[in-house]
Amino acid sequence: MPKPRTLFDKIWDAHVIAPQGEGTYLIYIDLHLIHEVTTPQAFEGLKLAGRGVRRPDKTIAVADHNIPTTNRAAGVAGIDEPDSLLQVQTLERNVKEFGVPYFPITSLDQGIVHVIGPEQGLSQPGMTIVCGDSHTATHGAMGALAFGIGTSEVEHVLATQTLIQAPAKNMLIKVEGGLGTGVSPKDVILAIIAKIGTAGGTGHVFEYAGSTFRDMSMEGRMTVCNMSIEAGARAGLVAPDDKTFAYMMGRPYAPKGAAWEQALAFWRTLPSDPGSTYDKEAHLSAADIAPHVTWGTNPEMAAPVTGRVPDPAQIDDPLRRAAVERALQYMQLSPNTRLEDVPVQRVFIGSCTNSRIEDLRAAAAIAQGRKVADGVTALVVPGSGHVKHQAEEEGLDRIFLEAGFEWRDAGCSMCMSMNNDKAMNGERVATTSNRNFEGRQGKNAKSHLMGPAMAAAAAVTGKLSDVRQLG
Amino acid sequence: MEKFTQLTGVAAPLPIVNLDTDKIFPAIYLKTIKRTGLAQWLFQEIRFRPDGSENPDFVLNQAPYRHAKILIGADNFGCGSSREHAPWALLDFGIRCVIAPSFADIFYNNCFKNGILPIAVPKEVCDELMEDAKKGANAVMSIDLESQTISRPDGEKVHFELDAFRKHCLLNGLDDIGLTEAKNADISSYEGKAQLERPWQFGLTQKASA
Repeated sequence: MPKPRTLFDKIWDAHVIAPQGEGTYLIYIDLHLIHEVTTPQAFEGLKLAGRGVRRPDKTIAVADHNIPTTNRAAGVAGIDEPDSLLQVQTLERNVKEFGVPYFPITSLDQGIVHVIGPEQGLSQPGMTIVCGDSHTATHGAMGALAFGIGTSEVEHVLATQTLIQAPAKNMLIKVEGGLGTGVSPKDVILAIIAKIGTAGGTGHVFEYAGSTFRDMSMEGRMTVCNMSIEAGARAGLVAPDDKTFAYMMGRPYAPKGAAWEQALAFWRTLPSDPGSTYDKEAHLSAADIAPHVTWGTNPEMAAPVTGRVPDPAQIDDPLRRAAVERALQYMQLSPNTRLEDVPVQRVFIGSCTNSRIEDLRAAAAIAQGRKVADGVTALVVPGSGHVKHQAEEEGLDRIFLEAGFEWRDAGCSMCMSMNNDKAMNGERVATTSNRNFEGRQGKNAKSHLMGPAMAAAAAVTGKLSDVRQLG
Repeated sequence: MEKFTQLTGVAAPLPIVNLDTDKIFPAIYLKTIKRTGLAQWLFQEIRFRPDGSENPDFVLNQAPYRHAKILIGADNFGCGSSREHAPWALLDFGIRCVIAPSFADIFYNNCFKNGILPIAVPKEVCDELMEDAKKGANAVMSIDLESQTISRPDGEKVHFELDAFRKHCLLNGLDDIGLTEAKNADISSYEGKAQLERPWQFGLTQKASA
């Protein structure tokens, strides 16, 4: 009897072109997503070597990191920052020169690269998907092997549609049970990272399994897979199921008619075989997961919002203690402070982690009938033109605006503050993004990661708050 | 890519666990469209004070380490963003080798593409090298890739592991794309087979306007 194979094993095996020496293989890439920040040097490399793009039909480009979230109708001319403008113009010139399909920034199709892949039906089960961005793991929610790569590898994929890779190990992340009231997929992934650490998944691909993920919406699975890299795993997958297929059906780039039936038959073969074994496992119970916030400067530094800032004096390992001391100094937090007593000055609802329609609905449900607290600036940045449009159809924009939130155009925005959206003067931020690293959201910005309803709760109370108390 | 055979130079201690690539190269400078000249922004937030002057407490601002060629780091070195600007900036500063107990996968990969050798050694060994690196001008180490050894300042040799393919590419300064292009027949034959098995994945993105 053949050895049972995991979802990862099956996708890997189907994409090996040839062995490439000891332990490494040449693998085929089915979809390459590119954006303005990590491609200029790759296209320059192609030009210098006289190479072309091998498969423009498997490549799609969009500008997301660097673009303003206001005045979108002005198009590229509306980008007032010269370096950002140059980067977007460079992308537009390159896609034209190399014949790569592109969603222009004035198009409804434009959005954060990891939002539009699934939204358009481009990201499909069983594919290998890469992008010069570490949050490419998001597409694993579709049952695809999706991972971030550097710019040299972007150039390699553009030129050859392949990558030289060593196979990852398998790690099972199993969570069972229903989520409590006010507990979101973001809390699930923050709890997982807090448990296994920022390097807990290094060298591994996660497979998220168990009833919690089975019952989770596709968008919730995207939030979870998105942050796999924050636990060190380059990719995280959820087995495709009927929910996946229902999500795919009818999307612009999804197969249609006979091709749909053929694709569906293939997709159904992908889930891990019974009896599959994993190199590593982590098990959590959904009942134990409360709404989480981070208190430090990496995503493993997270705790239930009802908890307190930890005391470094309780940590034995000297380097880890130094890291927590440094984090608390940067965050200007004292040990044992109640997290619910920490005030915020800025709120960001958006990013490839939490900018989809369900995220905006969850935030709007808290914002409705309330007001953003005095002294707080709150931004809502939808993940794509279509998400924005849908939210406006549902009247969510009115709810946010009436509550005093700003309602913006799609882009990465304050997740890493490459555009004009950033925390000023070391403000403390409640953010739905994925990284609370020092300086990421602005100089000396103090970032607290959390889910969208929790961020809305922080906006209306002016401090870190337990969304369950707002009802 | 420049070959890596042997390297001798000062090793700088950087005992920060989970050192992320945002810290190595802040996002705000990712607007560059070049891959050279990036050392000016290396470790920007911790290397410079708010007024732009050097932070004298940061190791690479201290005399013997200004010309460091080797970094001794801590666990999970290079975690976070996939930005290759991090190794580009290290290289531009003059760093050709990073030694740590463990690395984040993407950073580790990116180093090899740029002629930088990342060496993972057991934590006990790294602790000793970290102590060596604190010896200032005497923190001189040598790396020999062929024999896979690190020579400590006292002359003691430490062996390290590395996969044979990456070693071969570094030793010879090989360009991955060139290697892969030599397998063009294999790629085309794979594409032919894949197109029969998964035809819906071909021509996939053509609907968008070019």
